[in-house]
Amino acid sequence: MKIEFKIISNLIPNQARILDVGCGDGSLMQSLIQEKDIDARGIELEEENVKKCISKGLSVIEGNAENELGQFPNKSFDFVILSQTLQAFYNPENVLDHLLRIGKYVIVSIPNFGYWKVRTSLLFFGRMPVTKSLPNTWYNTPNLHMCTIKDFYEFCGDKNIKIEKIIGINDEKISSINRLNLEMKNLLSEVGIFLIS
Amino acid sequence: MDYTLKDIKHIIIKKPLLLDSGKTLQDFPLAYETYGKLNESKNNAILVFHALTGDQFVTNTNPITKKEGWWSTAVGPGKAIDTNKYFVICANVLGGCMGSLGPKSINKETNKPYGLNFPFITIKDMVVAQESLLDHLGIKKLLSVLGGSMGGMQLLQFCTLYPEKSFSAVPIACTASHNAQQIALNELARQAIMADPQWENGNYYDEQKFPKNGLAVARMAGHITYMSDSGLQERFGRKLHEKQDIEFSFDPDFQIESYLRHQGNVFVERFDANSYLYISRALDYFDLSKQFKNGLTEAFKNNKTRFLVISFSSDWLYPTKNSKEIVIALNASGANVAFAEIKTDKGHDAFLVDEPEFLKTIKSFLDSNFELFKNENRI
Repeated sequence: MKIEFKIISNLIPNQARILDVGCGDGSLMQSLIQEKDIDARGIELEEENVKKCISKGLSVIEGNAENELGQFPNKSFDFVILSQTLQAFYNPENVLDHLLRIGKYVIVSIPNFGYWKVRTSLLFFGRMPVTKSLPNTWYNTPNLHMCTIKDFYEFCGDKNIKIEKIIGINDEKISSINRLNLEMKNLLSEVGIFLIS
Repeated sequence: MDYTLKDIKHIIIKKPLLLDSGKTLQDFPLAYETYGKLNESKNNAILVFHALTGDQFVTNTNPITKKEGWWSTAVGPGKAIDTNKYFVICANVLGGCMGSLGPKSINKETNKPYGLNFPFITIKDMVVAQESLLDHLGIKKLLSVLGGSMGGMQLLQFCTLYPEKSFSAVPIACTASHNAQQIALNELARQAIMADPQWENGNYYDEQKFPKNGLAVARMAGHITYMSDSGLQERFGRKLHEKQDIEFSFDPDFQIESYLRHQGNVFVERFDANSYLYISRALDYFDLSKQFKNGLTEAFKNNKTRFLVISFSSDWLYPTKNSKEIVIALNASGANVAFAEIKTDKGHDAFLVDEPEFLKTIKSFLDSNFELFKNENRI
């Protein structure tokens, strides 16, 4: 399992009710069901992925999360997961509002634009960065709203969103992020995972 | 198309059925067919609901019409709904003309066919009648219910009336509420039948004549709505019918014309015009949301059934929009739902023809749910 999925899995208690927004081929949902006996739902844009999910017996609806989130009642899930998709929405702020409305807790992971390799790519080479967590080039990237761990941290503060936990990933190493080490971790983490409510 | 009831598998429903229209039916036949074998644990049963002009003969050769069953593409040994594995049941709907009580059945009070004295029936009446069949077959809980078009509407009604009776459900290309366009198209078909002088206010059973032309026109109109613009264009375009050039006549110059005429002609051989009137009316009256004070969301409240809603991208009769309304209601009520729109140019008919992506999807859904259902039974 991807290290990110392991971290997400550790944040979720057994038998929780979760919604995975942009669930891909359902591998996170499937491992959560097997390991934690959770009740899972998913939303996925790509038809091929939706079919893969259905063949695994997962309850996934085909659609664009920006249009689909309105149908879920308030606090109808214990956790809503948004794994590295926030930056691809036209209106991430609106999506986040919905996620916080639907879920008691929200887990958001972001590819960190403040990661040092990203910074050096622009600083020294003058090129848009291409890294493991940002594999696309500027002309075909689905990412419309890139941000850094620090940006998202401050965004949560501005919006009065409570940050329960932040975890940074660099290669296979994981570390906890707080106000004190934020500057450093913003430089050293490739991906940031936020547990917010 | 002559047959007697004793040639057809059926049960007699003894329990009085109070219809939505206020009349009560009792001691009436419900015809059905089964395929495959019910296993010992009785957990491999699938109930299929047929569409407006379907019947209980889902697959193999229909013994009455001698034609292939209407869902032979999906149901059979080794097929998506594999009868080597599953026990498939399908009943002819109440109001139909393949053995179940319908307008052409003999009214015991008058000893004549019902004709227009047949009571008005609804989708709910059809479903309540079919539930008796499960008792008869000794099935407590189905693995799944499947249905396209009107079959999907019966399925939705079944799942709201009997939420505990099916582990999973696949409503295909259907709606929870017949809309103005859908009613309008049905009205067009009914008016075509009733405009035929041989319809005789529904009393055509005594003579050898029946409203053949009207019923054929109704079928032609229906057929157009089952296909998509691009599907029609690709298959027929402006191709001419067995001729080199247009002939300035009203005979079929174009292939699409001869195709529609053919569809009309074969249909009247197997279907009763009054059944078409009554069943299409039942469709128009279908509005699941009206059965619940708080609408469709309430319809599925606390429903544990695992749903897979399927629509087809080029279906304009029951478009994706209609399926999405069902998905939204299911999600709003916290039900368990998957949804896929199959990209195809085959229109509404896509669920009846060989559409590999669609067949693969229902196969994988059924197979994975069978495993889950077996585990549920063990607990």
